[in-house]
Amino acid sequence: MEKLLARYADAAFWMGRYMERAENLARILDVNETFARDDRGEANWLSIVRLNADEERFFARHTAASAENVLRFYVLDDDNPTSIRTAVRMARENARTLRPLISTEMWSHLNMFHNRMLALRAGDLSLHRLNRVCAEVKESCQAHTGIVEGTFYRDQGWYFYELGRHLERADQTTRLLDVKYHILLPSAQDVGSPLDLSQWNAVLRSAAGYHAYRRVHPRGLTAADVAGFLLFNTAFPRSVTVSMRQVNGLLTELKSRYMLRGGNIASERVDEMLAVIASHSIEQVVASGLHEFLDWLQRQVNTVSDELARSFFGYSTA
Amino acid sequence: MTHVTSGLLAQYDPAGFFDEVLGGDLAGRGVIPIAERLAALELRALQQRSKDAERELFNLGITFLILSDREAIDRILPFDVIPRLISAAEWRHLEAGVKQRVTALNLFLHDVYHDQRILKDGVVPAELILDHPCYVPAMRDIDVPHDTYVHILGIDLVRDAEGTFRVLEDNCRCPSGVSYVVENRHMMQRAFPDLISNIGVRSVDNYGTRLHAALCEIAPKGVDQPRVVLLSPGTYNSAYFEHVFLSREMGVPLVEGGDLVVRDDHVYMKTTDGLTAVEVIYRRIGDDFLDPEAFRSDSMLGVPGLMRAYAKGNVSLANAIGTGVSDDKAVYAYMPRIIRYYLDEDAILPNVETHICREQTGLDYTLSRLKDLVVKPVGEAGGYGITIGPKATSEELAACRERLLADPANYISQPVVPLSVCPTVTDDGIEPRHVDLRPFAVTGRQTWVLPGGLTRVALRKGTLIVNSSQGGGSKDTWVLG
Repeated sequence: MEKLLARYADAAFWMGRYMERAENLARILDVNETFARDDRGEANWLSIVRLNADEERFFARHTAASAENVLRFYVLDDDNPTSIRTAVRMARENARTLRPLISTEMWSHLNMFHNRMLALRAGDLSLHRLNRVCAEVKESCQAHTGIVEGTFYRDQGWYFYELGRHLERADQTTRLLDVKYHILLPSAQDVGSPLDLSQWNAVLRSAAGYHAYRRVHPRGLTAADVAGFLLFNTAFPRSVTVSMRQVNGLLTELKSRYMLRGGNIASERVDEMLAVIASHSIEQVVASGLHEFLDWLQRQVNTVSDELARSFFGYSTA
Repeated sequence: MTHVTSGLLAQYDPAGFFDEVLGGDLAGRGVIPIAERLAALELRALQQRSKDAERELFNLGITFLILSDREAIDRILPFDVIPRLISAAEWRHLEAGVKQRVTALNLFLHDVYHDQRILKDGVVPAELILDHPCYVPAMRDIDVPHDTYVHILGIDLVRDAEGTFRVLEDNCRCPSGVSYVVENRHMMQRAFPDLISNIGVRSVDNYGTRLHAALCEIAPKGVDQPRVVLLSPGTYNSAYFEHVFLSREMGVPLVEGGDLVVRDDHVYMKTTDGLTAVEVIYRRIGDDFLDPEAFRSDSMLGVPGLMRAYAKGNVSLANAIGTGVSDDKAVYAYMPRIIRYYLDEDAILPNVETHICREQTGLDYTLSRLKDLVVKPVGEAGGYGITIGPKATSEELAACRERLLADPANYISQPVVPLSVCPTVTDDGIEPRHVDLRPFAVTGRQTWVLPGGLTRVALRKGTLIVNSSQGGGSKDTWVLG
């Protein structure tokens, strides 16, 4: 049975995570640009900073959360670990480590994507051009996903890559929902208002989920339905449920196919997440606090990630 | 002849140097069909296609790394699209010469690390070897499989005005460049199918297979299907692409020092399922950094305990430890004698004429012809401390004379070799540029030589320096069948 170097598993997992992160960052910025078109524009950009818990680092560098500053921070800033450019750079660094394992096409595409990101300038982030930049990032990430699907040899390395990608996707979908939460803590009279609904609509569209949502809910659009769809739908590829089921399936298959001894705690945490998801309705979640629920999911994702590292990435065999 | 020297090559003039495409007996060398195809190309199209080819190399990441203070920058080795040609007969000669040299080097290293007959017989001065910084006393009396020390050898060859190939340097430690040989060929096949197809160029595709086979041959006793790994200093090493290339061609893991661990004098690698035994290591890390227990204790790249495992024969290394003693400039000067000593043959590939200043006749000759010679200190690498007589000022020559007299054993001298040239694409049309050649030999039980080698080209007009750090590039090397 072919063994996989622990360091490769680590790099594959993070290449998957960073590429998924880059795509979702673009989605979040894109949807926020839509929100910012209303009269509360300035305040809205601050929500992105809060969402990522980046207040301290952001305000060390910028005095105000203007559109220009926030976009520069999250798209171009090489020193910001949560910027798109950093995510792409880190994905490429991991790919560099993995070059013996990945296809030339994967490397070459990522290499060119990285070079395009390096060529971006502040002028490309003006609000009317932002949409194009976000679209390019999304498309490049999707092209990457397609090349992986068609060319990445499916041994252990592929499993770790996919684990990273789906785990990150679950995490990012909770953050996308959180954007809406952070932007507006709607007062009672705002709930269900045209503005409120158009923003939930935008959240759905940024996850490419509007049409899928319509198939489930042909009429009407409520906050609870949208949140429920993104969290619990069992067929929508970006929902937390689908992502975590993928993680569960991949982990189980990886362990049995390659007879790996580690990873039991990670599996238990994933099971726990799926059990909680299965036993909650969106009404219950909203009643006890959507934000708190999203927060719990994010912490669980971190635990799973840490446990995978402990079991498989070789830090403890030194 | 007119059909060859018309068109693209009409104005071409090699200016008295030997030309690797248009030199010698064209018909005898079998290069006329290729020269005709070249002559029929149009300059503008050729320039465009060569720019496209370089962009593709960059996108594919066939690059070496330059580290700046802020980031690592990928650079391609500039690629010239006009190939260097080697006829079938020329190749037979080169191949025989390279094999002879590998054989002699391995016999020499075995002797140096066992009976030291060649030192006792006074053919090579004992102190030259035993005081050499690359001599590893711990290798004494250690037996390596098939007595092979230099599994991968790269020999730097130049060709003089008469067309004679001469050895300039042996690289017995971690010779690099073979990835460019293969990738340059792939590039030519993609970008210039009209030049290369159906012309009988010998393939270079199976280097990885050959290398892997040789590495399996040197597995420790009793190991049938060894796990082979390639040990690299890591992603920030300038030759990382080559390490990637070789590990992919061989289908073996590319590991770093931190991935390996020694337990009970056996080597293991850390996998997702714990430790797995490793039996053969193709290492691209120098001796000094290989094992902080045995060599430099500050090495972050190596594997503590590797030397113990190696000495016990539990793991094989390619190349063996301690080969650096055979490839410096002082030992190089003795190579013709070393070949005769072990094989009772003359060197098939002569050295560049070399004067050994530790010997009185060599010193006298050097001192009398200082302004015509290149004087090289033997201990230095990378061109440091070299005095090029024809280009030196009288003060520099006087200083050189002083150093020679103070420590003659530290110097050798050589004439300036008028390196051969090859037609090369420039902004001003096709012009001659100087080239050298580094063939690669792989030795497990026996020796195999990759048909061709790395042709480096000095892209700056008039310069003889082919190093990539000094504006050098590379060309595809075609051995005709």
